[in-house]
Amino acid sequence: MPVVADGKKEEEYGLNAKLASSKIEAKHVGKVYKGKRSVITAMEDCSMEVLDNEFVCIVGPSGCGKSTLLRMLAGLDFPTSGQITVSDRPVTGPGADRGMVFQTYTLFPWKTVEENIAFGFQYNKNHIPKDKQPEIVEKYLKLIGLEEFRKAYPKELSGGMKQRVAIARSLANSPEVLLMDEPFGALDSQTKASMQLLLRSIWQKEKPTVAFVTHDIEEAVFLATKIYVMSARPGHIKEVVDVFLPYDRTLDLKDTQEFIQLRRYVSSLLDQTQLTDG
Amino acid sequence: MNRKLSKSRSVINGITVFAVILLAWIAVTEAGLLKPIILPKISSIIEYWINGFAENNLLTDVLVSLRRIVLGFLLSAVIAIPLGILAGTSQMCNSYIRPVCEFMRYLPVPTLVPLVMVWFGIDELAKVMVLFLGCVFQLLLMVADAAASVSDDLLNAGYTLGASKWDGLWTILLPAALPRIFEALRMTMGWAWSYLTLAELFAASSGLGYQILRAQRFMQTDAMFGLILLIGLMGLITDRLFAMVDKLVFHWKE
Repeated sequence: MPVVADGKKEEEYGLNAKLASSKIEAKHVGKVYKGKRSVITAMEDCSMEVLDNEFVCIVGPSGCGKSTLLRMLAGLDFPTSGQITVSDRPVTGPGADRGMVFQTYTLFPWKTVEENIAFGFQYNKNHIPKDKQPEIVEKYLKLIGLEEFRKAYPKELSGGMKQRVAIARSLANSPEVLLMDEPFGALDSQTKASMQLLLRSIWQKEKPTVAFVTHDIEEAVFLATKIYVMSARPGHIKEVVDVFLPYDRTLDLKDTQEFIQLRRYVSSLLDQTQLTDG
Repeated sequence: MNRKLSKSRSVINGITVFAVILLAWIAVTEAGLLKPIILPKISSIIEYWINGFAENNLLTDVLVSLRRIVLGFLLSAVIAIPLGILAGTSQMCNSYIRPVCEFMRYLPVPTLVPLVMVWFGIDELAKVMVLFLGCVFQLLLMVADAAASVSDDLLNAGYTLGASKWDGLWTILLPAALPRIFEALRMTMGWAWSYLTLAELFAASSGLGYQILRAQRFMQTDAMFGLILLIGLMGLITDRLFAMVDKLVFHWKE
């Protein structure tokens, strides 16, 4: 059991792992690409789970298959061995129970901000009652602070705003798990920092279950309750790091000793994987 | 290097070139440098238009031509859009559809005209078929490109919101590809005017192309100029209409 600073209870850090059930799970997942002359094992015996209300970050060197793993959780890609389950049901394809935010901008350009947030409702008519829909849209517009842009089209928005709407669009659909594939990867560092702050505060308010892929270690340490460190060729989980940092996170946290230590530790894990692989 | 030009300025520049050509025309014809049979006076072209619309049923020919072009164009669109979307979204469909289209689009349409006359006679259907054959293959390939250019992640975003493959086609792929499909339609409309005239130069007894041929037989250069300019003007107007609809409907385009 890791030592918790200040003698606080684990729950105060957002870690209630012992009570929580597993939302999404990858069991001994492997991925093999068969070429004409060669067989490439891209992923081997990769196991991980995301528990209810957890914020899990997956970090790893480029080419380790972290995005592939996330796409498998989403049902957009499939393992050649092993199994993926969501709430103990096997994943056979994409579905509304696993919302996803992509690195590329994926707002529907012919829809306004509020229509984008409401876009998933048309596919889930039984799931979200019609009279509740405007209320939900309103709530998420407010949460991402874009009430004034409700009638704007995506072309009028900055990159950061587009990603905020994409997050709202996924959450409005109330998925069981929110999957995020380097959603801030294309943003400048200042926008990125404010997006991290916003995402963390949304998570604290709404407590969605999140699996977040990034190559940015600082981002992972700042956001996560737990970090899965992957290594490459073939990709697998090298280590799981619990993040015991204060529950309320502000940008000042990045300058504190405990944050820097944890960041260095995760960095060292990644360096090792790159050394042994290289 | 390439300086930005204000909109009013570029309109003025365009009009200036037309004005210079017109003035040169007037100067040359008024000075009697060229015979009217080579280059008629502008006044006699205008006279032809007035007489044509007032007395000689020129409007009927305009309407006959318009009907042919609209029918041929619509028929191409109705066939090319669904097949193009199939080819653009399914590699299997593409492997069936594309090779034929690639072959057909390099066939010069005039070579098909005699065959069309054997198969479809010399009635309206034959003219519509010339237009159709000229447009459909090119349009189909452009629609396929439009459908294929819709990003996978846009569709994936829909699937992770709960869309089925079928939902994705109707609620994401189609609206996302629509601006480029519309652009393809606009280009096709431009070619349609050429194919229309071609169809009417063979075995026709009405329409603007036929009237040009008739004017040539009687050496009526002013009528030929009048008709050519009329076709040019109508082409320009349809293109402007397409541009207006584009701006109105696809204002959200990036």
